[in-house]
Amino acid sequence: MNWFERLLGKKEKSGATAKQRLQMVLIHDRADVSPGLLEQIKDDIIEVIAKRLEINPDTVVVNLDNTAQESRLVAEIPLLHSNGRRRAAVQ
Amino acid sequence: MSGKVVTVTSGKGGVGKTTVTANIATALAMLGKKVVAIDADIGLRNLDVVMGLENRIVYDLVDVIEGRCRLRQAMIKDKRQPDLYLIPAAQTRDKMAVSPSDMILVCDELRQEMDYIIIDSPAGIERGFRNAIAPADHVLIVTNPEVSAVRDADRIIGLLESEEKGPGRLIINRLKPEMVARGDMLSIDDVLDILAVELIGVIPEDESILISSNRGTPVAMSGLNGSSASQAFRNVAQRIEGQTVPFVDLTPKTGLLNRLNNWFSKS
Repeated sequence: MNWFERLLGKKEKSGATAKQRLQMVLIHDRADVSPGLLEQIKDDIIEVIAKRLEINPDTVVVNLDNTAQESRLVAEIPLLHSNGRRRAAVQ
Repeated sequence: MSGKVVTVTSGKGGVGKTTVTANIATALAMLGKKVVAIDADIGLRNLDVVMGLENRIVYDLVDVIEGRCRLRQAMIKDKRQPDLYLIPAAQTRDKMAVSPSDMILVCDELRQEMDYIIIDSPAGIERGFRNAIAPADHVLIVTNPEVSAVRDADRIIGLLESEEKGPGRLIINRLKPEMVARGDMLSIDDVLDILAVELIGVIPEDESILISSNRGTPVAMSGLNGSSASQAFRNVAQRIEGQTVPFVDLTPKTGLLNRLNNWFSKS
């Protein structure tokens, strides 16, 4: 769907929605990691990192990512006091 | 002779496993192969009615396994195809009456006289599914272009890999080309993108499938004059035979009437 269709308030076609929803749910199914477990892992990571570095827990993102044949856990943890150019990404 | 065991499975119920099994078995028999279809859905026998052989059942799969009859006695011969047989499921027992090693034994005996043994797996991923895939040389996964069926197909593909039964090949059943054309159904490419598995057939939604089931004559046999589903099933049989058959073009016809229809449905 392009910006023009969005502007017109057109709804995304249900086939495309189905595909996106499937891709999301299969990432969790395949890795056997529930969204709840992901939240717990995120909290654990925040706790460990916060001991050593200043971070804002609200900006931490932990996601599952499916590439080709493997699933990976991707955590993105922005550090405070960085001017936006410095971001630490832990994989 | 050493026949091949082909198991038809899906995870989700109601996607058309039994119809696919009946039609592939029939289409292979129409190619001159010796084929036996086995209904592995113990307790929920159905392949017999879809194939139109329900009135001739004397013995079933569990009778064979428990030694009440010889294998030959449980094989119902189709009257329309000379080398097509059915081994029906038991109706009053449950899945625990059969074990994976029972299925391997039965199939090993059948391999000696048949070209193909086509097994209709029950829905689910428990004992019945394990029974159905235990003897399989090839697995066909049936899915529909909808989220629940594709999700279950993905799970089945994972289980097949862990059982070392290969990735299996995919049949997309009940595709509605008009809905895909207007973006309201997962397309063939969408499904293949998600499941990353080899495609062996696409069966369009077709009223002639239900009409044929009503009559107990698989559409592969009855729908020879112009049914797209009938052709699609016969193409799958040829692909199982190792032939390269192009996929039927399922893009909807854009005649004036269709265009008008599309125009009016855009609201």
